[in-house]
Amino acid sequence: MCTLIPDEMSIVSSLESVGEYVELMRRVMAPPDRVREFFKEFSKEVYKLGVNSIWLVIIISFFIGAVIVMQIAINVASPLLPRFTVGVVSREIILLEFSSTIMCLILSGKVGSNIASEIGTMRVTEQIDALDIMGVNSANYLIMPKVSAFVFFMPVLVALSMFLGMFGGYIICLFTGTPPVSTYIYGIQFFFRESFVWTSILKSMIYGFIIASVSAYFGYHVKGGSLEVGKASTDSVVINNILILAADLVFTQLVMG
Amino acid sequence: MIQVRNLIKEFEGRIVLDDITTSFKKGAVNMIIGKSGSGKTVFLKCLIGLIQPNSGEIRYNGRDITEMRAREMKRLRRDMGMLFQGSALFDSKTVLENVMFPLDMFSRMNLRERKKRAEFCLERVNLSHAADLYPSEISGGMMKRAAIARAIALNPRYLFCDEPNSGLDPKTAQLIDELISDITDDFGITSIVVSHDMNSVMNIGDNIIFLNEGILEWQGSKDKIMDANNEKLNEFVFASELFKKIKAADTIISENNASGQEVG
Repeated sequence: MCTLIPDEMSIVSSLESVGEYVELMRRVMAPPDRVREFFKEFSKEVYKLGVNSIWLVIIISFFIGAVIVMQIAINVASPLLPRFTVGVVSREIILLEFSSTIMCLILSGKVGSNIASEIGTMRVTEQIDALDIMGVNSANYLIMPKVSAFVFFMPVLVALSMFLGMFGGYIICLFTGTPPVSTYIYGIQFFFRESFVWTSILKSMIYGFIIASVSAYFGYHVKGGSLEVGKASTDSVVINNILILAADLVFTQLVMG
Repeated sequence: MIQVRNLIKEFEGRIVLDDITTSFKKGAVNMIIGKSGSGKTVFLKCLIGLIQPNSGEIRYNGRDITEMRAREMKRLRRDMGMLFQGSALFDSKTVLENVMFPLDMFSRMNLRERKKRAEFCLERVNLSHAADLYPSEISGGMMKRAAIARAIALNPRYLFCDEPNSGLDPKTAQLIDELISDITDDFGITSIVVSHDMNSVMNIGDNIIFLNEGILEWQGSKDKIMDANNEKLNEFVFASELFKKIKAADTIISENNASGQEVG
């Protein structure tokens, strides 16, 4: 378990971990034992993983959006560039990278560690064994609602983050006048490509799957006690971040390149 | 009827269960006893299919579980109830929801019937008053009782208990023992209890299996355990002062009876 950690990495153990992950996902993707129970858990997870993350998304998106506009306004102050460039550049940063990738890196800390520690604690307190003894597919029962709920709710979080990021910039323009509000609004509308929004949402759904499934893998394979649960939680965040960045690189090259 | 034949389990080259052959009495409380590290829990986990043995057979009514397909194993599991050492109640569910869980997953009852059945099980273990509490809000003894209620919710044919008395005071431990014994009798269940508590053994054990370092050293009834001619079993049974004194008193009574008969 947890052999994907860079300092412990060896080719064989990494391949074993990938194999374990694939095997776990095979069990997760099986049809639920009871569809009614799946939807019950799904709705709980939408609230726990998605709705409970809204405040974090609101605060971070608003402030980072505001800072992006301030930084660009300061650093792109050139007579050769029109002032609405601030709006254009801020929009592209927020739409393409911040609201999907950076927001998911942040959410992996909250949601990823939550999933890994919850499932890890269930493992060490024999709750997962209890499910197995009853004949319940524990991987499917515990992980599938989390993965699907987080992927399902991700577009809501990303759309909210996009709106609030640009709203943060709007407030900065309103108070500082650099650039003026009308110029900023013109900038964020200038040469707007709707496809960027959909690309960003699609990216975030992929990252959502990575966060939920990788964290669940770390939690599900915990052996030991509370120390190991803590380690699994930390490891899941580290690995999620690496995988999200790698996926971002690949996705950007494939879609935008 | 559960029969075990030539069961061997190794962990990284270390033999934990060494060629165990035994059978468990139907409709009785079967106890697996032994000191810590003797392989009791591994044996129990092999019996319920949580651990795959290296070799040997575990037969439920003639069907070997080591050769069962996943679907058949899943069906068999519905005949099993398990009480874990730490209770293993689901933290996110109330006591009533915990007991209803196996019914929600596997029964064809409607909500009202499921609730009624769960309430009956809670009443059976005297825990109706705690139905709406979460596991973190109840005591260790209550958690064990809730776990027993959950284990019997689906009317299992086999009840497995891993150290049901660990962490409980003597009075509560006795209550749990009596509950296991009563449920075994009332529902005609075959119970298999792992324990190292001799009080439990003498209280409820119908068929006792003694493991020592992975080897089945002795098997018999509780009436014979005090007089068993097995050095390792005697070491285990008479490790406590109480049982030493009982043995000493028993010997004195026997000697007095014998001398009385001679005089007479």
